[in-house]
Amino acid sequence: MSDLVLQRVNSGLRRVPPLLLYMGGVAWGGWLFWLAATGGLGVEPIEALEHRYGEVALQLIVLGLAVTPMRQWLGLNLMPFRRAIGVLAFGFVAAHFLVWAVLDVQSVSAIWADIVKRPYVTVGMAGLLLLIPLAATSNNWSVRKLGGMRWRQLHKLVYPAAVLGAVHFVWLAKGFQIEPLVYLFLIAGLVALRVAPRRRRVGA
Amino acid sequence: MAHRYTSDLTWADVTPRSVYMNRRQLMAGGAALLGAGMIGGRARAQDALEPNTFEEITTYNNFYEFGTGKSDPAQNAHTLTTAPWQIVIDGLVDNPGTYSFEQVVEGMTIEERIYRFRCVEAWSMVIPWNGFELADLLQRVGVQEGARYVAFETAMRPDEMPGLRVPVLDWPYREGLRLDEAMHPLTLLATGLYGEPMPNQNGAPIRLVVPWKYGFKSIKSIVRITLTAEEPVATWNATQPSEYGFYSNVNPNVDHPRWSQSSERRIGGGLFAARQPTLMFNGYENEVASLYEGMDLSEFF
Repeated sequence: MSDLVLQRVNSGLRRVPPLLLYMGGVAWGGWLFWLAATGGLGVEPIEALEHRYGEVALQLIVLGLAVTPMRQWLGLNLMPFRRAIGVLAFGFVAAHFLVWAVLDVQSVSAIWADIVKRPYVTVGMAGLLLLIPLAATSNNWSVRKLGGMRWRQLHKLVYPAAVLGAVHFVWLAKGFQIEPLVYLFLIAGLVALRVAPRRRRVGA
Repeated sequence: MAHRYTSDLTWADVTPRSVYMNRRQLMAGGAALLGAGMIGGRARAQDALEPNTFEEITTYNNFYEFGTGKSDPAQNAHTLTTAPWQIVIDGLVDNPGTYSFEQVVEGMTIEERIYRFRCVEAWSMVIPWNGFELADLLQRVGVQEGARYVAFETAMRPDEMPGLRVPVLDWPYREGLRLDEAMHPLTLLATGLYGEPMPNQNGAPIRLVVPWKYGFKSIKSIVRITLTAEEPVATWNATQPSEYGFYSNVNPNVDHPRWSQSSERRIGGGLFAARQPTLMFNGYENEVASLYEGMDLSEFF
């Protein structure tokens, strides 16, 4: 991408209000639910909806982790949308959990038994729990209250959460399947990029 | 010897063809059936066992040779050439050889059997199969002294099966039964469902149906049947022995290590369907429990 095109794209993106992203995310989640309720996701809508929400969550997490590397290496600035991406990712994880708990497993004792007994559920649950403080502090007031430094430290929890999410997906697959491994590879790579000590500092 | 098993479900329980293509009408029919049952004054077990629709049975499948997604087989299996079809029958039999599908089916009594079908993934259906007893075929080819198991193999055709490009499993797909399980009157070689020739995604042209075992034992699109003295390789068992036993009888008391087997979801209930308890031997306990007398079913799972 030439610098000129990038400049145009970045300045165009600056004019898009993040609210639009929130609205799009909520609409997408609602649309999937509507499809599931009306037969649009096939004859087994519970499993289908559960998987779709989980998949969207993983995609948003990958996108969120990619914001900084894309700015550093491609010059593409999605920073204004990172909070919306993160909050929506949490929303889809929460929806994924709720479909699983309420529509799939359907009983409190069975939910608890699954969390305790089944490692892939335990891992997924741990990932969800790690995301809760991040979602709760995704607002300007919390950033001010915590201070930039501590807020950034706290939000590094997204790295273990993302890895747990990918492991959760790999672990529940039957046989050798490519798709979960692609997510694991992407997330592991992006986390490695972020966690590895940076040699060069790029402005801001 | 055909007709040794009679289902408690009859064709009266099967939705008529004109109706089963239409979901809304089907649900109305189900409600009417339920209403009739209530007028009768007592709940009938088979009220809950209304067969799944043709659409449900043919769009939600595990047939990894055509992809791992549930809708992949319905999308991809049309490439499978099912005629001509040949089946090698060998091992400890009197008349080994390569038989055409027509030769295998010739003279067999095709029956309608409405069976519960329980997947190891904890979903289930009720399916009106058409087929004949495996025992009849085994008797015809002559089982030799010393044969104790029956091994089965699915077709492996990379040109026709896009799923084979990915090493999800160690292809070709293989399964096996103990001889007494294979000879049991419930054990079917199915050639169709709902009175139609077997759809490709359901294992055309001929597949095994063992209703008291998890669905993956009911191997599809069979090209080889081998009588053996030793326990044969079963693909899922070989892939993950801690999760999939050779027997894999439906058992609500023995969980899969990664999920519970105590309940199941009947396909077709929609987004808000309640789970229902899984039955021992998938509801065929009276018929098959004696096969496993004295065996610890949590060890031989």
